[in-house]
Amino acid sequence: MASKAVYSHRDPMLKKRDDFEDMLEERRNSSDLRYALKCYTPVLYKGLTPCKVSELKQMVLQSDQLGYVITQVSKEKGVTSDEVTGEAAAILEEMAQRLQLSTVRFFAFTLSKVFKTLFRSICINEEGLQRLQQAIHNHPVVLLPSHRSYMDFLLMSYILYTYDLALPVIAAGMDFMGMKVVGEMLRMSGAFFIRRSFGGDKLYWAVFSEYVKIMLKNGYAPVEFFLEGTRSRTAKSLTPKLGLLNIVMDPFLKGEVFDISLVPVSISYERTLEEALYARELLGVPKPKESTSGLFKARKILSEDYGSIHVYFGQPVSVRSLAESRVNRSQFNLIPRHIPTRPSEEILSFVNDSAYRLVRAQEENMVLKPWVLLAFVLLQKQAAEEKQGTALDELTEQAVWLRDLSRQYGAFLHWPDHIPPSEVVSSSLSLHRGLVRISEGRVQLALEQVGGQQVPGETRGAITPEEELLNKAVVILSCASYRNQALNVFIRPALLASAIHTAASNRKQEIYNSFSFLRNMFSNEFILCPGATVQDFEEACYLLVKTGTLQINQQEVLITERGHRTLAFLTSVLDPFLQGYQVVCRFLCEQDGLTEKQFIPAVRKFIIKHLLTGRLRYTEVLSSDLQKNALAALIRLGAVQKIKGGEEQGTLKLNKVMLNSLEDTLGGKLPTQKSVVAHL
Amino acid sequence: MSGFSDNIMRLSGRMLSQYPAQRDWDGKLTMAPHPGIIPTFSIVTLSDNVPEQEIMKWNGWGYSDSKFLYNKKGQAEFTGKRYRLSGMIIPGLREWMESTFSANLQHKTPAAPILNSSAVQPPTLNEAFLKELKSTGIPFSHDAEDRVFRSHGHCLHEIFALREGKIGRVPDLVVWPNCHNDVVKIVELACKHNVCLIPYGGGTSVSSALECPPEETRSIVSLDTSQMNRILWIDEKNLTAHVEAGIVGQDLERLLNESGYCTGHEPDSMEFSSLGGWVATRASGMKKNIYGNIEDLVVHIKMVTPRGVIEKSCQGPRMSTGPDVHHFIMGSEGTLGVVTEVTMKIRPMPEYQKYGSVVFPNFEMGVACLREVARQRCAPASIRLMDNEQFKFGHALKPQVSSIFTSFLDGLKKFYITKFKGFDPNRLCVATLLFEGDREKVLQHEKQVYDIAAKFGGLAAGEDNGQRGYMLTFVIAYLRDLGMDYYVIGESFETSMPWDRVLDICRNVKARIVRECKDKGVQFPPLSTCRVTQTYDAGACVYFYFAFNYRGLSDPVHVYEQVEHAAREEILANGGSLSHHHGVGKLRKEWMRESISSVGMGMLKSVKDYVDPNNIFGNRNLL
Repeated sequence: MASKAVYSHRDPMLKKRDDFEDMLEERRNSSDLRYALKCYTPVLYKGLTPCKVSELKQMVLQSDQLGYVITQVSKEKGVTSDEVTGEAAAILEEMAQRLQLSTVRFFAFTLSKVFKTLFRSICINEEGLQRLQQAIHNHPVVLLPSHRSYMDFLLMSYILYTYDLALPVIAAGMDFMGMKVVGEMLRMSGAFFIRRSFGGDKLYWAVFSEYVKIMLKNGYAPVEFFLEGTRSRTAKSLTPKLGLLNIVMDPFLKGEVFDISLVPVSISYERTLEEALYARELLGVPKPKESTSGLFKARKILSEDYGSIHVYFGQPVSVRSLAESRVNRSQFNLIPRHIPTRPSEEILSFVNDSAYRLVRAQEENMVLKPWVLLAFVLLQKQAAEEKQGTALDELTEQAVWLRDLSRQYGAFLHWPDHIPPSEVVSSSLSLHRGLVRISEGRVQLALEQVGGQQVPGETRGAITPEEELLNKAVVILSCASYRNQALNVFIRPALLASAIHTAASNRKQEIYNSFSFLRNMFSNEFILCPGATVQDFEEACYLLVKTGTLQINQQEVLITERGHRTLAFLTSVLDPFLQGYQVVCRFLCEQDGLTEKQFIPAVRKFIIKHLLTGRLRYTEVLSSDLQKNALAALIRLGAVQKIKGGEEQGTLKLNKVMLNSLEDTLGGKLPTQKSVVAHL
Repeated sequence: MSGFSDNIMRLSGRMLSQYPAQRDWDGKLTMAPHPGIIPTFSIVTLSDNVPEQEIMKWNGWGYSDSKFLYNKKGQAEFTGKRYRLSGMIIPGLREWMESTFSANLQHKTPAAPILNSSAVQPPTLNEAFLKELKSTGIPFSHDAEDRVFRSHGHCLHEIFALREGKIGRVPDLVVWPNCHNDVVKIVELACKHNVCLIPYGGGTSVSSALECPPEETRSIVSLDTSQMNRILWIDEKNLTAHVEAGIVGQDLERLLNESGYCTGHEPDSMEFSSLGGWVATRASGMKKNIYGNIEDLVVHIKMVTPRGVIEKSCQGPRMSTGPDVHHFIMGSEGTLGVVTEVTMKIRPMPEYQKYGSVVFPNFEMGVACLREVARQRCAPASIRLMDNEQFKFGHALKPQVSSIFTSFLDGLKKFYITKFKGFDPNRLCVATLLFEGDREKVLQHEKQVYDIAAKFGGLAAGEDNGQRGYMLTFVIAYLRDLGMDYYVIGESFETSMPWDRVLDICRNVKARIVRECKDKGVQFPPLSTCRVTQTYDAGACVYFYFAFNYRGLSDPVHVYEQVEHAAREEILANGGSLSHHHGVGKLRKEWMRESISSVGMGMLKSVKDYVDPNNIFGNRNLL
C-alpha cells in the first residue's frame, strides 16, 4: 500500500528533536529599535530572478495560464477579453501582497514590545532554521505552520526577520481585509488575501493559483499558508484542506521546478490568547467579525501572563521524494501545461496523503506542556463527578504517570525534570488559574465561578440552569483545548483500547474490525490518514505491547496485569467523543426533516436538554466542532445524505436504521461486524 | 546485379574507415554507362587490406593515432594529423579537468594496452553453417580480435570493460558479404542452420545494440557490411544516388563531393557510422534543417529478411500505399534483417558555407531565440545552443594561440562581453551556427538570424567560435578516453521534446544528475551539461553530457548506469522522448512499452513475428 512508506513504523522514543533557544532573551537585553533597523540580508533562492511587486502582477496577467482562462471566460460570457483582463487585474489588485521591509521593521519593533509583555519566552529550534535557510537556497519553499492563533503568521514573519531568513508571502483569509488599517499593514508585511469561497469562479481560481505559482516558481519568497485552512478552535489539528497544497505541488508535478520543499512548522502556545473566545464560539456565541477596533479591545490581554511559545521548524519535506514511485508525472505530457485540468484521482490521493503526512509532522513536533497532562486528569475527574476535586498529591502522581506514558508514546513533552514534580504541577496550575480552583489542597476545574472573567458583563443572580451549564462548558472546553493538544499522541492506542473494550472477544481479528470501525467513524475528528488502517492498527499494537499493556500472539490480544490502568485511561480518552457521536446519532434518529443549517442549533438544544437531565456525562459534547465532525462522518458513511439542488436544497435525508445501529455499535451494544460494517 | 558490378564505384576494401589524407583509394575512371549517370570507378580486390581494427582503437573511440594525452610537461595535446586540433597543445584543458572533476594527473587509470586473446571465449561454431558458408566464398573469420572488435558499441560500460580487459559474450564468427546477393545467401544459410545474425555497420552504437545477448545459445554471426561500400549509381536527373548500405558517412560524402554532390547527412558519428546503421536507427544529421533527417533522405530501401527481400517497386517521391513499409525498416535496429542498398536524395554541393556564433546573457534567452528562429522557419543548416558549462568546456579546448595579437583580441572580446555588456561569465551561453547555400542568400540569411538573436540579447561572437564548436563535435568523443585515463567516466545521451518543455527538461535533468550522483556516493560534483542541437517546428532535440570523477567508488560503472537511468526517467517524466536518434537498443528497452503503448508494442511484435519467426536477427534490441 502506498501510504505504507508515509507512516513507517518506528520507535517514537527514538525520535530525535532539536534543542530550543529563547529568541526573546536577546530582545530583553538589547535595543528593539536597533533590532528593527538592523541590516537584513537573507539568503535567497539560487534560481531567483529578482522582481518587483508590480512586475509580479504583470507576469501573472501575461501568463499563458491566465490568458487561456481569460479567452475562455470572454467567450462564455460574450464580453471582450480586455474586460475580462480588467476583471482579472482587479482580482489581483484585491489579492496581492505588497511586502515592504519598512512595514516588517515596524512590526519587528512593536511585536518585540508586545511579545515581551505577553510571553515569558519564544523558543525556536535554531537547527530547524538552518535547515530552512538551506532549503530556501536550494528550492522554492512552502512554509506550513500549524494554526492555533491569530498571532501565528505575524509570529512566523517575526522569527524569519529576526534570523535573517527570507520573508514569506502568506495566504490569508479575506476577513482580515475588513480591518482597514491592519489589513493594509498585513498586506505590506507579505499577506495576500483570498476569498473564503469562490466555488465555480474560474477566473478567480486562475488568478489566484497563477499568482501563488509564479511567486513560488520564481523563488520570489517562501509561500506560507495554513494546511488546516483556519484556526483550530479546539487545538486538535484539523483535517487538512487540499486546495492550496494542490496548487503549490503543481509546479513540481508539471516539471516547472526541480523540487519544492515543504516545511511543517509547529507552533505551540502554553496559553492560547483566544482560549475563552474559542470556547464560546464552539458553544454558539458567534465569532466576532475581525475589526480593527475589536483588536484593540484585546488590549486587556496585554496585562496577562501567557507563558511561553515553542516554534519548531520541522524537517523540510521534498515534494519530489513524496512523489517518487507514487505519481506518474508523465500524465501531464499530452496536454499543454497552461490549460487548466482537473487533477486525476492519482494526484488527488497523493496530495491528500501528503497533506495528512504534513499535518502529522506538525503534530509530532508540537511541544506539550505539563498542563496538557493535567488537563487530561482534571477533565476525567470532572466527568467522573468527583465534586471535591483531586488532592494535589494525587494529581501529581497521575501527572507523573501520564508523563511517563506519553513519553513512551513519543510525545514531545517539555517537563522540566530537574524540578520536583509537585512544583511543576503547581506552577502549571498557577499559569492557568483562570480554569482551576484550588482549595484546601484539592484541585478542580473552576466551574462554579459564575459570571467570572470568562463571561464578562453577565448579570449575577438571574441565571438560568442553561446559562449555568454554558458557563461551565466554557471552562470545560477551554480546558479540553489543552488536553486536545496531546490527543494525537494517544489516539491510536486509545482507538485500540476502545476496540478491545467493545469487541465481543479477545480475538485479534475481531478487535481489528472494531478498531477499523472506530477509526473510520472518527476520521473527521482526528488526523487519521485515509487508507492507513492496517498501519495505524499495527502502530497501536506496537506501542501497547512495547509498554507492557498488551500481549499479542497470532490469534489473541491479552491484557497484562499492569495494563489495566493504561487501558482504562486510554478508553476514557475516547469516551467523550464516543458519547458525542452517539448523541448526535440519537438526535438524528428523533428528527423528521432537518436542514443542514438547522442542525447545529437543534442538536445543541437537544444536548443541553440531556445534559441538564443528567443523561449525558460529558459536557464537552456541546462543542459544535464535535457535532459538525460527527455529521460529516455520518454523511461520509452514508447514514445521512445531503440533498443538493432543488427545493429541498440543504435538507438532510436520514437513514434511521443505519443511524440506530451506528449508535448501538458506538455504545458497544452491537458487535461491529454484523451491524454497521454490513451497511457500509 | 553482378553484371553491373564491373562499372561501379568502390572503395579499397576494408579500409573504408580511413581518413583520405592518410590513404588514397585506388580507382580509375571509366565511361558512364548511361547519360546522366556519373562516371564511376573500377574495382580493387578485397584481399590484403589492413583490417579496420589496426587503424581503429579496439578499446576507445576512433583512430588509433588520434588521442588526447598529457605530455611530459603536463600539457594536454591531441596527437595525430587527422583533425584541425591534431598536433596542438591545449593549455586550458588540464586546469579545466582538474577544477571540473577534481581530477589529478597523479591518479591514473590506464587501460589494458592490448587485447588478451585468451580472455575471449572460444567460438561456438555451427559446423554445418560454416561448411556451407565456405562453399559460397564469402570471407569470414573467427579470429578473437575480429570477434571482439564487433562485439560492442561505445556505451560507457562497453568501453570500460574493454579497458579493463574484460570480455563478455562476443560473436562466434564474422562474415564480410560483398554485395546484396552475398547477404541473401548468408541469411538463407542462417535460417537453414538456425544461426543468430547480428548486422554490424560502423560500430558507433550507444544503445547496447551490438552487445550479444548473453542468453543466446546459438552460434552468433556478426554480419559486417563494411565491404558493401559502393555508390552503385548516381542519377542527376532525379538527384538520387543508389548506395550500398555499408558505406561510411565520410566516404559517402567524399565520393559524392567528387561529383559535385552531397547528401548533407552529417551525424556527429559520420566518420565511422554507416548508411545501413543510419537507416536502422533513424539517424539525424547536424544539417537536417536543409537536408532532412534520414527518413526524409531515403527514397528506396532494400532489406534482406528471413522472409525474403523487402523493397518497393518504384521510386516515387511519396506514395499512398498504406502505412509506409520503410517505417518498419527505419528504426528496426537490426531486428528484422540487413539493409543492403539505399537510394538517397543528393544535392549539389553548396556554393558557400559560413560559420557563426552568438553569445547570449543566459540559457533562457538562448532557448527563446532558437524558438523564435524555428517559429520563423529560418534556421540555418545547423544551430546549436550550448549551456554555460559547455561554453566553458569549449573554452578550455581552445588550442594554444600562435600570436600575441589573437590572445589580445580574445581578451578584448571577453572584456567587451562581460564588462561592457554586463554578461555574467557564469551564466552566458553560446549558440553556434552554420549557414550553407549560395553566397548572397547565406549573407541575407545570416543577417536575419543575427537580427532575431539581437532581440534576445544575443551578440555575434564570430565565425571562429562557431567553427571550433563544430570541430569539437568530432573530437569530444576522444576526450572521454582521456578522462578514463584519470578516473573520469561519462557519456552523452539525447532526447527530444516540445518547445515549452526545453528549459524545464534541461534544468531538471541536470539537477537530477547532480542529486543522483550525490545520493550514489560520488565524491566529487559531476559535470552535468546540455545543449540544444536541433530545432523543429514543434520542438527541439537536446543532448546531455554527464561525467564524474569516480575515485572512491567500488563499482563506478554501476553508479554511472544508475544515474543515467534516473536521468532518463526524469526526461520521460518531464515529457521528453526516449530517444531522438540514438535509438533504443537494449539500453532503453524497458521504457518502450510506456513510450509507444501496449498496442504499439503488439504491432511491432507482430511484424517481427511475421518477418523473423525464428529470431534469426536475434540481437534482441527494441522489443
